[in-house]
Amino acid sequence: MSSNSLSYNDQGGMAVEHASEAGQETTPTTGSGSGFGLFRTDYKKDDDLKEMLESNKDSLKLEAMKRIVGLIAKGKNSSDLFPAVVKNVASKNIELKKLVYVYLVRYAEEQQDLALLSISTFQRALKDPNQLIRASALRVLSSIRVPIIVPIMMLAIKEAASDLSPYVRKTAAHAIQKLYSLDPDQKEHLIEVIEKLLKDKSTLVAGSVVMAFEEVCPDRIDLIHKNYRKLCNLLVDVEEWGQVVIINMLTRYARTQFLSPWREDKLFIEDNEKTFYESDEDNKAKSAQIVKAYVMDPDHQLLLRNTKPLLQSRNTAVVMAVAQLYWHLAPKADVGIISKSLVRLLRSHREVQYIVLQNIATISIQRKGMFEPYLKSFYVRSTDATHIKILKLEILTNLANEANISTILREFQTYVKSQDKVFAAATIQAIGRCATNITEVTDTCLNGLVLLLSNGNETVVAESVVVIKNLLQTQSTQHGDIIKHMAKLLDNITVPMARASILWLIGEYCERVLKIAPDVLRKMAKTFTSEEEIVKLQILNLAAKLYLTNSKQTKLLTQYILNLAKYDQNYDIRDRTRFIRQLIVPNEKSGALSKYAKKIFLAPKPAPVLESPFKDRDRFQLGTLSHTLNTKASGYLELSQWPEVAPDPSMRNVEVIEPVNQWKPQLGKVKTTKPAHSFYSDGDEEDEEEAASGSEESSSEDSSSGSEDEAEEDKSSSGSKGSDSTSSSSEGSDSESESNKKKKTKKKTTGNESGKQSALHKTDSSTSEESSSGSQSESEAQVDSDSGTDQNHQKPKSKMKEVKELIKKPEISLLDLDDFAPPPSSSPIVMPKPAVLSPTLIMDLEGLSLSSTSIAIDVTSPVYVPAKPHELLHRMSGKGLSAQYHFPRQPCIYNSKMVSVQVTLSNEADQKIEGIHIGGKKLPTGLQIYEFNRIESLEPGSSITVSMGIDFNDSTQSANFQLCTKSDQFSVFIQPTVGELLLPVTMSEQDFKVQQGKLTGMNENTTSITLEPKNSSGQPAVHKIVNVANLGLVPSGLDNIHRFAAKTVNAGTLVLVTLELKESLTADLIVNTEKTAIGSMLLREIKTALSQA
Amino acid sequence: MVLFIIRFHCTFICIFILSKINLHTAPHPVVLGCAPAPGTLNYTRINTMIHSLFLINSTADIFLEKHWKSVVSRSVCDYFFEAFSKASDPENVPPVIPTPHHYLISIFWEKTFFVAVIQNEVSPLFVIEFLHRVAETFQDYFGECSETSIKDNLVIVYELLEEMLDNGFPLATESNILKELIRPPTILRSVVNTITGSSNVGNMLPSGQLSSIPWRRAGVKYSNNEAYFDVIEEIDAIIDKSGSTVFAEIQGVIDACIKLTGMPDLTLSFMNPRLLDDVSFHPCVRFKRWESERVLSFIPPDGTFRLMSYHVSSQNLVAIPVYVKHNISFRESGASGRFDVTIGPKQTMGKTVEGIVVTVHLPKVVLNTDLTSTHGNYTFDPVTKILVWDIGKMNPQKLPNLKGTLSMQSGVPKPEENPSLNIQLRIQQLAISGLKVNRLDMYGEKYKPFKGVKYVTKAGKFQVRT
Repeated sequence: MSSNSLSYNDQGGMAVEHASEAGQETTPTTGSGSGFGLFRTDYKKDDDLKEMLESNKDSLKLEAMKRIVGLIAKGKNSSDLFPAVVKNVASKNIELKKLVYVYLVRYAEEQQDLALLSISTFQRALKDPNQLIRASALRVLSSIRVPIIVPIMMLAIKEAASDLSPYVRKTAAHAIQKLYSLDPDQKEHLIEVIEKLLKDKSTLVAGSVVMAFEEVCPDRIDLIHKNYRKLCNLLVDVEEWGQVVIINMLTRYARTQFLSPWREDKLFIEDNEKTFYESDEDNKAKSAQIVKAYVMDPDHQLLLRNTKPLLQSRNTAVVMAVAQLYWHLAPKADVGIISKSLVRLLRSHREVQYIVLQNIATISIQRKGMFEPYLKSFYVRSTDATHIKILKLEILTNLANEANISTILREFQTYVKSQDKVFAAATIQAIGRCATNITEVTDTCLNGLVLLLSNGNETVVAESVVVIKNLLQTQSTQHGDIIKHMAKLLDNITVPMARASILWLIGEYCERVLKIAPDVLRKMAKTFTSEEEIVKLQILNLAAKLYLTNSKQTKLLTQYILNLAKYDQNYDIRDRTRFIRQLIVPNEKSGALSKYAKKIFLAPKPAPVLESPFKDRDRFQLGTLSHTLNTKASGYLELSQWPEVAPDPSMRNVEVIEPVNQWKPQLGKVKTTKPAHSFYSDGDEEDEEEAASGSEESSSEDSSSGSEDEAEEDKSSSGSKGSDSTSSSSEGSDSESESNKKKKTKKKTTGNESGKQSALHKTDSSTSEESSSGSQSESEAQVDSDSGTDQNHQKPKSKMKEVKELIKKPEISLLDLDDFAPPPSSSPIVMPKPAVLSPTLIMDLEGLSLSSTSIAIDVTSPVYVPAKPHELLHRMSGKGLSAQYHFPRQPCIYNSKMVSVQVTLSNEADQKIEGIHIGGKKLPTGLQIYEFNRIESLEPGSSITVSMGIDFNDSTQSANFQLCTKSDQFSVFIQPTVGELLLPVTMSEQDFKVQQGKLTGMNENTTSITLEPKNSSGQPAVHKIVNVANLGLVPSGLDNIHRFAAKTVNAGTLVLVTLELKESLTADLIVNTEKTAIGSMLLREIKTALSQA
Repeated sequence: MVLFIIRFHCTFICIFILSKINLHTAPHPVVLGCAPAPGTLNYTRINTMIHSLFLINSTADIFLEKHWKSVVSRSVCDYFFEAFSKASDPENVPPVIPTPHHYLISIFWEKTFFVAVIQNEVSPLFVIEFLHRVAETFQDYFGECSETSIKDNLVIVYELLEEMLDNGFPLATESNILKELIRPPTILRSVVNTITGSSNVGNMLPSGQLSSIPWRRAGVKYSNNEAYFDVIEEIDAIIDKSGSTVFAEIQGVIDACIKLTGMPDLTLSFMNPRLLDDVSFHPCVRFKRWESERVLSFIPPDGTFRLMSYHVSSQNLVAIPVYVKHNISFRESGASGRFDVTIGPKQTMGKTVEGIVVTVHLPKVVLNTDLTSTHGNYTFDPVTKILVWDIGKMNPQKLPNLKGTLSMQSGVPKPEENPSLNIQLRIQQLAISGLKVNRLDMYGEKYKPFKGVKYVTKAGKFQVRT
């Protein structure tokens, strides 16, 4: 009753809305006629609200808006308040404003002309200096679904797409979809904006723009080519929702661009392989050819590698997205890694379980092995929801094989007894499927099922009957006993399907149960009229079959049944009766068919195939809505088949400007051997590569997803080892124009590639074509360098041994690089990594327009080396042995990631000390020590200086170790100051500013300091600073600004220090670095140094 | 009835067929001369991930709706209600329901359904995960995510939804960011707000959103700097009738409550990280360092969050802390059954087992129980047939026992399956897998934080079949 009158009330409300909408100018009170007295209270309220909105007090307005939002939330119409609300759009109160926005977005479509009043406010806000205001204005503007403002929106989006703030650009990406749904005619313009935003390097924008791409122009796959590698590399740092969208898009992309990794038949680029292996031993080549028939595109690998860590995401959607990517793209051998993560998701919420189990079910049909180790994770708990139970059952059935069937069946026995009868019935079907799939257990299952026939529950019995029927059909052996048993059951079973099944069985095998069959028919004839249709049909069936085989006993019964059925209410049954009568009962009119009646009725029937309901689901992409529903959802994009021939991979080459030019000159000039070696080693170890993927993978991941500077470090450390020409030439390249640099990268690429696969002719020509726009001399130089590597390449064998030794050494960071691009494939191996990879969004904030210029950062010699030693071991506690250490500020000779430390050991005792060495080390994780050589003896009074290397892992943790002599052990520790964890670098002032621009936000530490009078002028202050930290000087155009640059020893992260001297003994100190810890510590130390005498 | 209408926050009940007609026929407003009428536009492909959201309580009333694009009529929920009425239990409502023009994806969160309306192909997990994130945010803001709390904070809910989703695509879902945008309600603040008229909406862009650490607020300040970690392990197990373990595994989480000033960079290391078989992390954890060094290195979000969850490799044998002796039987003739359950300690590593609760879903035919317990007390709900026996702390000297008879409906076949026992328990100061936190280091800030690690072992889905 109450709900009735309420709905009437609601009705009233609706009707009022009509009235008020029809005549907007009329006051609502007149609209609510006397007929709707019930609603009047509310309408009074509306009046109140209007008054409140028109008052001067923000608090009243706010209260009114809150109540209006409440109405909206309940789905009540409050559109007649529009004029009063829209006036407040320009309010200063932020909360009020937000609520007005909520209202506006909800009702603007209905009140278009009034909504236009608000547009100018937004247009003004779009120019606001605050990015938040710009972004929110664009958000609301684009959410107002008023067609007349489409041009304004278009303009706003275009502007916002080139906004400096990535947050605004992200909003622009969102607005694209909104505009597109409002006016699809704008598609072309919008695609332009998408194209532009796709180039954006901000992780903030990436997810949103890919989303827009998927909505607006999912078929324009060509827009992705140039951004593919960037997207792959950014992926880890994109927010989780964006990751899902990007992964799904990349899955589609990869399916159109790469060759299938699943191919059985061999596909390899004959020429390359041959030239490559010719130099090698023959049999090795052969085995390699067999193993490595197919070579994956490096870009394909890049995608797989960069998505793998995301399997560890806490967001289940991301994990699922990666899982489906691996399922659809990865080589069969690699897919296995997803199973663990998918099983992990089963711990999540019920809804997540449901989706994940569905996907596992589909996977498990095709690849049993993947989930077999996790069999027990699919065991059913009594508290699971029914649909979860059934899915688990499905998976258990799919996973069943000879080895585990006994365990599974034991588990099934428990399920059969479940109180949840739907589930119990499903279990019986599952047992049936196991029985047909695994012949060994068919008899066991059948016996088990027969036992179930005596079960108290009807559903269970009925289901068992049906399943037994199916099983018997598949069995050629005699099962007379079972049929007899079932015939007896007929009296008790009432479930129609089960009765029908028994009848069908008896009919089908009536020759095996000769005596019983007619008796059954007799009983059924009695109850015929009260049976269900499906049972009646089977009775007819049985009668016909018996009549044909045993007409003596059953003729009359059949006649009787046919007569009964003739007058049945159901036309199906009447039809069937007529048909059967004509077919089996001989009379003069009966046609030619009656001769074959027996053959027709008792033809051997093929056994039903018990199939998984998930059999056909693999036509849909995993993880999609369509897959879940098993029907094509609207907007579902079919995953294309793998292409026969891969499209040109060079499309993905980006004109990336990377700071890798440093080792380019090496190729042609100084150290040609090294790169060639590592290339060779790569090819050499081709077979092992897969096996050794463990360690290699992680190292490659390091370099791939590492920060820009890290990568730079890698290269510079490998490149600048002793070669001065390297640094000079790359410094020179700095000043070169951008286009020049692009070419350099290309060139590098070619060199790189030629070393790898000697596919010189092809790539060479293509590169020179591409670079033909540049100057001629450039391209000539390029050929030179290429041929240089080529020659190198021709005489590899003699160097094989040497090469292998080199491989062992971890310092060769080139190896890591190679990992990027395993051998033959015709795609160049330009990794856009450093330029794009930056995990920090901050870079994008300001450095966007600038970030594309590469810089040369080289380690220089320290400006100043403080000689002040630190005490390591005092002679008193060292029983005469004293030790002091200091930091010579030189790059460590043992390992580029170590800080070199010089330890001076003195013997201040009377006897000589023997066997000084480093004993047990207690190092925090990440720290490493390169020990000095054992000092056999130290005479009294003498001292010796040894050098050691410590990798402090860019932290000021102390390295604890024991200094041992022959007889004693002393625990000592070396703790560096933060300034010693750096290596000075040089760069131009311009580069400095560029880099500094990238390192703002949380990467910037600033403070203002009061200087000690002595330090107020430039020189002493600089001296203080270089004393504190191992920084390199950067030339500065201004006298009062001093700049210093360094990189951290371990990770190679840039550390930039700026000191700006001001009047009256104050100065501003700025430290920019990604390592926030180092930044703040450095700031503090310099500050202390400068404020002390 | 009159009362019901006057109450402002009354539940909106309506008959959907009626409202459907009304909403569909709602006339379009006056059309401007030059603009094309909205009806003429091509609306066939409205691209939105999440089109609308309906919140529905367990009595099938819609109590909140929010649309991110054009309004979708409430009548779309009819399909949901249909599935709802079919399902015996709210848990059994299928999470994905297709309707002719839309798809409904729902989650069930503490008696509330969150139903998202989808129009196009989308990853269902994407929506489900997002809805859970919404529910968690509500929980975080209001302390509980129930119909009442949502209705009481309707405006904040709306503001939150507005920020979390733009055009159907998730925008800001990190609780730290949302809290900067919209301040959670506190009693004090709401009092102050009503007096001063100030707002609970932040007026600056959360700095986190723009940095590389979108999960942390900027400018955090505490007078007491504390970092607490809770290592919580749950034993999932199925014990069969005879007491042998069918299946057991350990799932753990590390929840952190971090109140540290500034921008601390933490490193948490374990004594035995190799135990962890499968892990998933909060986005703040640097995956590379885990891969290479097996330490958790992260700049934490402010406040409480789940740092990681892990799974202990299944090769390890799982210690089962308790054993259960049970004797439950139903007699066909006497319309009664016997119930006798005793719990005792098994492998507890010398710790006390606390908080033991045994939950039994008795068969439908059981009418009532007549039991006596030596420890704790028990309740039986004759409607849901759930028997809950709250034992509390285990006393190893005198084992808790619950014994007595069950009265059953007569003339009905006896249930063939004995009910399974679901056991909850808690063991303080023990991580059953043996996982141990080694140390926590902090970089980037100077102060010394107060650090603490707590270990708890709980029973997860711990089921004893009888």
